[in-house]
Amino acid sequence: MLELTGVHVGYGRTAVVHGVDVAVDADSVTAVMGHNGAGKTTLLRAAVGLLPVRSGSVRLDGDDVTKLRPHQRVRRGLAYVPQGQQSFGTLTARENLQLVADGAGAAGRRRLDESLDLFPALRGLLGRRAGLLSGGQRQQLAIARALITGPKVLILDEPTEGIQPNVVQEIEDAITTLTAAGGLAVLLVEQHVGFALSAASRYYVLESGRVTSEGAGGLDQEEDVRAAMAI
Amino acid sequence: MEALVSQLFAGLSLGSVLLLAALGLALTFGQMGVINMAHGEFMMAGAYTAFVVQKVVADAGVSLLVSLVIGFLVGGLLGLVLEVTLISRMYHRPLDTLLVTFGVALVLQQLARDVFGAPNVDVRAPAWLSGAVEILGVGVPKTRLFILGLATLAVVALGLALRLTPLGRRIRATVANRDLAETAGISTRATDRLTFFLGSGVAGVAGVALTLLGSIGPTLGTNYIVDAFLVVVVGGIGQLKGAVIAALGLGLLQAGIEYSSTASLAKVLVFVIIVAFLQVRPQGLVAVRTRSLA
Repeated sequence: MLELTGVHVGYGRTAVVHGVDVAVDADSVTAVMGHNGAGKTTLLRAAVGLLPVRSGSVRLDGDDVTKLRPHQRVRRGLAYVPQGQQSFGTLTARENLQLVADGAGAAGRRRLDESLDLFPALRGLLGRRAGLLSGGQRQQLAIARALITGPKVLILDEPTEGIQPNVVQEIEDAITTLTAAGGLAVLLVEQHVGFALSAASRYYVLESGRVTSEGAGGLDQEEDVRAAMAI
Repeated sequence: MEALVSQLFAGLSLGSVLLLAALGLALTFGQMGVINMAHGEFMMAGAYTAFVVQKVVADAGVSLLVSLVIGFLVGGLLGLVLEVTLISRMYHRPLDTLLVTFGVALVLQQLARDVFGAPNVDVRAPAWLSGAVEILGVGVPKTRLFILGLATLAVVALGLALRLTPLGRRIRATVANRDLAETAGISTRATDRLTFFLGSGVAGVAGVALTLLGSIGPTLGTNYIVDAFLVVVVGGIGQLKGAVIAALGLGLLQAGIEYSSTASLAKVLVFVIIVAFLQVRPQGLVAVRTRSLA
């Protein structure tokens, strides 16, 4: 569904990701793990088009999208929840969601409702400015916003990082619910190796911008992965 | 009492002119961060639009209303062309933008001189705007009241558009976080262009309104550009509410000081007060507070 092939990415004269191949199959979760600075976020930003790919290609549902701008990739079904619980702080929570539903007509309104069903806690906060929500609430808002685009592939960058434990569980449950429902492929970057492997059918370990280990997911792989990550 | 009311109206009137001049800048400079020195020339273009329309439409009342619409389009299109050809190439280079748009301003002024001649020209005000209305014992010119009404209408319309329409949401989202807006499926390039069209269009409307206050010339815009930037900076970048308070505040201040001294001294004192104010509150009158760093 999403294929990154021989992808090289960098900032200025510094190369960060060196020829990475990652494939995300339909209806499945693929986890990318690695230490801080391994190039995970850089790889994701290149996948969604926020950073240019220096060489290699990004294919979405069979089409080459390497040259497309981020919003064009979104329209083709690639949704992205960036690191750090990002939201449009000066807009209300409702506007954060409405903004995405605007262009999609009735389907947008339906998906807006569905995404609120997934995070019912947001319903009571719709009138509040997103900048005033807690980190966990903003992360739920960010995931809801991504889902309203009607994605085929959902990219999540450290969705539970820096969030209070009770909300972490809600977010993990939501990811499990989403993937169980089918029709959605997820590319998950996650520090919690246990959760990532339990959700994923395939994993990659990234180190210094290269894939150093990959394999099928599942909790029985945890020891191998921890060894590959040297933790 | 009469003097107070009269100064109050003088201040409100000056404030409403400042507001019209600054409202477009509140979008292009306040929301997008573009220092567009040609903004005043978009006002000048709006004013000459009124002049040209009056040549075609004889009735002064009809021509004023038609001019407001065409002035908006002329200002907006000029802004759009400037954004697409020059400004879009230097979004991360504010000093270059300042220099280039200053150059564009000079070119537009010369163009106006070549087409319409260097001397000022007059646009006739419609009959229903001649004379004055007595309010609290003070005669207030109808043209001034019209401009006050127009400024109010423009603020309300722009405020509602930003708050309630899909385009308004897109503009505010793009301002809040450009990368995030792109990954939420918004074409930030298209949004930039539309924002610039809107902001420059409001400048055109301001120009049409200024024809009611006196004759117009190629340098009309330069008289307003500095004050307009001051309004946006004092009001607080990115805040429409701040621009409204700042414009009216500065108008009242200027008119108040003028009453007991001269126009030049009032200008100097207003500048001094603004400099002192910005030392204490560099973020301007209205600043947005959020919990997130993003």
